[in-house]
Amino acid sequence: MAQQTTETLSGAQITVRLLERQGVRTVAGIPGGAILPIYDALSRSPGIHHVLARHEQGAGFIAQGMARATGVPAVCLASSGPGATNLLTAIADAKLDSIPLVAITGQVPRAMIGTDAFQEVDTYGLSIPITKHNFLINSAEELLEVIPRAFRIAASGRPGPVLVDIPKDVQNQCIEIAAWPEPGVAEPAAAPDPALVARAAAMINAAERPILYLGGGVVHSGAAPQAVALAEKAGLPTVMTLMALGTLPADHTLSLGMLGMHGARYANLALDECDLLIAVGARFDDRATGKVAAFCPQAKIIHIDIDPSELDKIKTAHVGIAGDVATVLKMLTPEVESHLRKRWLSHVNGLKATHPLRMPGVEDARTHYGLIRAVADCLDDEATIATDVGQHQMWVAQAYPLRRPRQWLTSGGLGTMGFGLPAAIGAALAEPERTVVCFTGDGSILMNVQELATAAEEGANVKIVLMNNATLGLVYQQQTLFYGERIFASRFKGQPDFIKVAEGFGIAAVDLDRAGDPRGTLAEALSMRGPVLIHASIDCEQQVLPMVAPGAANKDMIGG
Amino acid sequence: MNAISQAENRALARAVLELDVNNHAGVMSHVVGLFSRRAYNVEGILVMPVGDGRCSRIWLQVNEDGRLEQMIRQIEKLEDVLAVRRHGAEHEVFERLEAFFR
Ligand SMILES: Cc1ncc(C[n+]2csc(CCOP(=O)(O)OP(=O)(O)O)c2C)c(N)n1
Repeated sequence: MAQQTTETLSGAQITVRLLERQGVRTVAGIPGGAILPIYDALSRSPGIHHVLARHEQGAGFIAQGMARATGVPAVCLASSGPGATNLLTAIADAKLDSIPLVAITGQVPRAMIGTDAFQEVDTYGLSIPITKHNFLINSAEELLEVIPRAFRIAASGRPGPVLVDIPKDVQNQCIEIAAWPEPGVAEPAAAPDPALVARAAAMINAAERPILYLGGGVVHSGAAPQAVALAEKAGLPTVMTLMALGTLPADHTLSLGMLGMHGARYANLALDECDLLIAVGARFDDRATGKVAAFCPQAKIIHIDIDPSELDKIKTAHVGIAGDVATVLKMLTPEVESHLRKRWLSHVNGLKATHPLRMPGVEDARTHYGLIRAVADCLDDEATIATDVGQHQMWVAQAYPLRRPRQWLTSGGLGTMGFGLPAAIGAALAEPERTVVCFTGDGSILMNVQELATAAEEGANVKIVLMNNATLGLVYQQQTLFYGERIFASRFKGQPDFIKVAEGFGIAAVDLDRAGDPRGTLAEALSMRGPVLIHASIDCEQQVLPMVAPGAANKDMIGG
Repeated sequence: MNAISQAENRALARAVLELDVNNHAGVMSHVVGLFSRRAYNVEGILVMPVGDGRCSRIWLQVNEDGRLEQMIRQIEKLEDVLAVRRHGAEHEVFERLEAFFR
């Protein structure tokens, strides 16, 4: 009989070994007392590179950037108390955008839990509503089951964040290990019901004015090729949510771009006329639908989603199919008739011609739209585009020719300012061969500006395009449009010198305001290796248009 | 007028949910949190371990409203929830307890 070899390892060593076995190569975090045993074990890991963020929220978004760029669960680490609370925003953001994340937090020793010990917070309780699942570990043995399970949960079905809270004494507890568990991988989703797929196909075949509505689930499922195939076979004009941009190339003849609050007029008007809406991996978010009762008022609805609780949540579907969207689309497309759909498509093209997306100044690199297009002109589809949150985010969503799933990293559901820079760093670390651009605003950049230090330290290949309008632009716009131009707390009276800020962090910086040839300067800056900040002033009176007022129907757009 | 008996009133307005769950410290918070965050009141709660104690059964008495179907789907998504069954208000589990609440 073969003799079993056992090792005696601490909970901390077990945790690190399980991460290695999981294939984790990069983690982001900040150490502190309650997680020091894990950091000590990590210091001896040959395979894992630790990225020292400068704020735990930064660490959370760096991990998100890795996960969004690759689809593989990524790991962030924080200590107990303030370390854990600082992570929460990034975890909540991952929950709303269904991003697979494994957050590992240190906790005070078990004997001190509940005593208001130094740096004790109820991390488990705080994270319940913002995680897909969470764990408070009770013994070193438990880690053997929980760590792989955390990865499995994060990646299975609709992805999401999982938090594992590990008390310090559990990290120090030594046990004998005879065998290691298999790494946690995504479980296959339950097979879709073929009868429902057949009904959906019949509805598509019978429709006269169908529209395909793609959401972030198409990205998560890797279903972009299947979605394109369905659209092309059945002749379906296609709208995308903010999260789905890139799944159908922006310049595809069937693309109507983004729908909803800042979608093009033609997209929202076409939806208003459609008789069948085929929602794929989308959740009828209020920014996409506007006033729900007035959304696609004449349409029957087919809704395909891996999360059964999304079906009938906002709109009751005529056919709701629970399943992995790539799998469903592979079953559906062969049952759908090839259709040129000349009348509907020429009508939609008419809408495009009469109600185009207006991009004033797009030829001038010193305007908002012009700058975005000028950046795009310097890059190819291999570049990854991240944004912060605000007007600049919506302008990029409207104007950047996104053509690849996972090319586009943006905080959709939570809309978190401060997302952009650390997410871009994470994406650059996960895929070092790519150029990662982060479009940001003068408000957003300051929310995680400390991560410039991380970018410099890691030499991350991020190009920060700072569109400086000296305002919290989207707030300024809303006050202008909906609050009688009473501008309050949205105009900055003082601003840092962003060029000096970047240089102070050890990052190259260029100011397009001072460049005689902004396109040339931009091209040069974008082709430099490593982090670069590109500063450009933008007119604060420019608005994101068209716009659907919050609570209004999508067909009632302002401007544009 | 409007002589709806108390029992009839309950039958119209209430539902009883029966959940099989893993028996550990966080399960109740996960389940109840789904309701509290939606300002959806849970009228009655009953929990006891079953069998060898690795699993528990949770009985919830809730008001019927348009969100109940969505609530059930959300509960079904919880990792520690093994099964959810929906009963009408006539289910006897809470009726039998009434003696303790007089
Ligand atoms: C953390 C956070 N706080 C507040 C908001 C509300 N908010 C949305 S957009 C915005 C202004 C963003 O300003 P900036 O980053 O300069 O971008 P701009 O709109 O000017 O392009 C604010 C305050 C938010 N989304 N996130």
